[in-house]
Amino acid sequence: MRKSEKSPAGWYFLLGVVIVYLITALIKSEAIASALQSAWNVLQNVIPILVLVYIMMVITNHFVTPQVARKYLGKASGLKKWWIALIGGVISMGPIYMWYPLLKDLKEDGASYGFIATFLYNRAIKLPLLPIMIFYFGWVYALVLGLVMMAVSIIQGLIIEKMEGKIL
Amino acid sequence: MMSEGLLLSSKKSAKGIFNMLPVLLGVVLLIGLVNSLVPESYYHKLFGGNYLINSIIGSGLGSVLAGNPINSYIIGFKLFDLEVGLVAITAFMVAWVTVGVVQLPAESILLGRKFALWRNLISFVFSIVVALLTVFIVNLL
Repeated sequence: MRKSEKSPAGWYFLLGVVIVYLITALIKSEAIASALQSAWNVLQNVIPILVLVYIMMVITNHFVTPQVARKYLGKASGLKKWWIALIGGVISMGPIYMWYPLLKDLKEDGASYGFIATFLYNRAIKLPLLPIMIFYFGWVYALVLGLVMMAVSIIQGLIIEKMEGKIL
Repeated sequence: MMSEGLLLSSKKSAKGIFNMLPVLLGVVLLIGLVNSLVPESYYHKLFGGNYLINSIIGSGLGSVLAGNPINSYIIGFKLFDLEVGLVAITAFMVAWVTVGVVQLPAESILLGRKFALWRNLISFVFSIVVALLTVFIVNLL
């Protein structure tokens, strides 16, 4: 087992959140019921995605060896890495935090932080929600926003990659 | 019959998901709390400064709030009706999905503290850049 997998940080974080809830309950008790209801609504949407992420993790753990990750997603892997991050980010579903464990695995196998940053940025482009954005803001706006975000995602990936090994 | 390699991958993935559960639960609870403590009716009251200040406010608000992006579109449209500028609204919607103050602890635990901080900081700045560029291009078309 890797050292990071033994870390109790996640449980400390949850404990911290419970403490925040307790403090809130003391100050504004009426907010707790609606907070728990809102959290429950989010959780119901998240569970199916968790299953999908698990399947994706099994596939990547099985097929993406450290050599493959370094070759296609590592710092020296060139243009194809950005394409994978871009397409992977756009087609992946659910909340951003659901994908952290998969990306953690890929990072440990040799993927660059630049790849992860670009993937996460493209998670913001939601193809299934595109009709709704078009409904509210028009197709020109939706299209331009999507294209600008894709371009910026690559720039962000390049910046993060430059920082990797120096600041990061 | 499942191969040994696939079985190992399944176990490793299950362990990864299990380790993530307290973080996931913490994030979900925080999202619930933020949604409960910061009502939608309060958002538009934050805007009122100039072009740039409103964009920073939009980006800041989008960074703190979390949840389904559809909500950000609906809120963005409501803000548009209240004559908040499109740059500020775009910065708000982009930050909603690219910056995660609520998710920051989870991102730090799983992907590294420095990476999480820098990625969110750069995404915050870029939400304003994306908003300016998008509105500029849309106005040209």
